[in-house]
Amino acid sequence: MEFLRPASWAEALELKAEYPDAVPIQGGTDVMVEINFDLRRPARLLDLNPVAELSRWSTTGGVLRVGAGMTYTSLIRELSADLPGLAQASRTVGSPQIRNRGSVGGNLGAASPAGDSHPPLLAADAEIEVESRARGSRLIPATAFYQGVKRSALAPDELIRAFHVAPATGPQYFSKIGTRNAMVIAVCSFAIALHPRRRAVGTGIGSAAPTPRRAGAAEEYIAAELDWDSRAALDPRVVARFGELVAQAASPIDDVRGTADYRRHALGVLARRTLTWAWHEHMRERTTT
Amino acid sequence: MSIRVNFTVNGSAESVDGVWEGESLLYVLRERMGLPGSKNACEQGECGSCTVYLDGIPVCACLVAAGQVEGRSVRTVEGLADGDRLDPVQEAFLECGAVQCGFCTPGLIVACHDLLARNPAPGDAEIREALAGNLCRCTGYEKILDAVRLAAARRAPRP
Ligand SMILES: Cc1cc2nc3c(=O)[nH]c(=O)nc-3n(C[C@H](O)[C@H](O)[C@H](O)COP(=O)(O)OP(=O)(O)OC[C@H]3O[C@@H](n4cnc5c(N)ncnc54)[C@H](O)[C@@H]3O)c2cc1C
Ligand code: FES
Ligand code: FES
Repeated sequence: MEFLRPASWAEALELKAEYPDAVPIQGGTDVMVEINFDLRRPARLLDLNPVAELSRWSTTGGVLRVGAGMTYTSLIRELSADLPGLAQASRTVGSPQIRNRGSVGGNLGAASPAGDSHPPLLAADAEIEVESRARGSRLIPATAFYQGVKRSALAPDELIRAFHVAPATGPQYFSKIGTRNAMVIAVCSFAIALHPRRRAVGTGIGSAAPTPRRAGAAEEYIAAELDWDSRAALDPRVVARFGELVAQAASPIDDVRGTADYRRHALGVLARRTLTWAWHEHMRERTTT
Repeated sequence: MSIRVNFTVNGSAESVDGVWEGESLLYVLRERMGLPGSKNACEQGECGSCTVYLDGIPVCACLVAAGQVEGRSVRTVEGLADGDRLDPVQEAFLECGAVQCGFCTPGLIVACHDLLARNPAPGDAEIREALAGNLCRCTGYEKILDAVRLAAARRAPRP
């Protein structure tokens, strides 16, 4: 095995171009488990820790650009107001030690259908910035990034540099089902983002299909049903229908963590619950402003 | 093939040769540097018994590749006492009976040490949250919570 330590982003791209089989390592919370258990013996590790810019974020033209290596802990500390859905999801990841090392870039790189950052990224219309030396950089919408169980649109010579997402302009919530509060791989998870200015709703479903995905029909239905200008409470029938449509958007399987039926049921519950939280927050904001 | 890793451990600059590229920081500390305080119980980030500070931040040493600590600073449970004087967190663990088999203890001590540095007077919910990544199979956690409360009370500035 070879241990590659690029000093800069440009050098990291060089090395990835030269050795497409090199496995990037950021927090190592996925990569090291595989190496410790002999599930993976990469010919090369490409350490991204020295590339300091990956741990930073900035704002350009009103859009946040968050470095792929930013840890969950930093994200919670620095971006909870702008990205409440992603921050909530980040708080549920592993344990403090895992959040101190694990990154959204690593979550994207692993592309597990259960990765907790995916549903809020989908709900908030995030785009993933990837780059190669040969072809430069491109922005991939989160919806197109996830391509299968642990498969993404990332090419072998590419690295993930950042994700781009607009700061929240409305309530965002994330919820996940698991056996305890810490250290839980989601049985299923759900994220919602209200976009009151465009009268739209974003959603993300986790751990209930081969890839994280949006519930498009549910989004359209609820965006049309919500009475955006009033402070009216939600009609329970509308909430129930939203839950059904979210459940229908999933294609879950039976596995050790839960059955497909349970997942579909639980998703409906999460969808109704997070919608209710989000709408209450929306009403509160309308009352106070 | 192997690499050399230069880093600071408990304040002293060290250079370790012959490190396998896929090796964890935990392995280097325990097997190559004679620092067996950090324990190896799961090697998958689940138990927290390998918790060490990396540049002042608590992490699972089993999930840090040794090469990633090049030029950085690591503090292990061995580096908390001041000579013969134990850290208040260590003393509180002993006094409260928070140590039984002791396997989880070093990781918990580091996690508690970090918690109290960030939050000198944590509430019970905050203690539980901060220790959620550390498993103990012996004590049932109550004595551990007692120890954290005692250490917090002792560290608190006297009126
Ligand atoms: C105990 C434990 C609990 C966990 N709990 C959760 C949980 O609750 N929710 C959850 O979602 N995940 C969880 N995980 C999984 C893991 O922590 C997350 O997926 C995390 O986001 C990975 O980030 P990392 O920086 O550690 O990734 P790494 O392990 O460094 O990398 C992960 C993958 O991404 C690739 N990669 C990393 N950075 C880049 C980049 N810039 N460009 C291209 N590829 C890249 C790597 O090659 C690798 O394939 C847990 C893991 C452990 C060990
Ligand atoms: S040995 Fe590292 S977390 Fe268990
Ligand atoms: S004292 Fe034995 S595991 Fe905690």
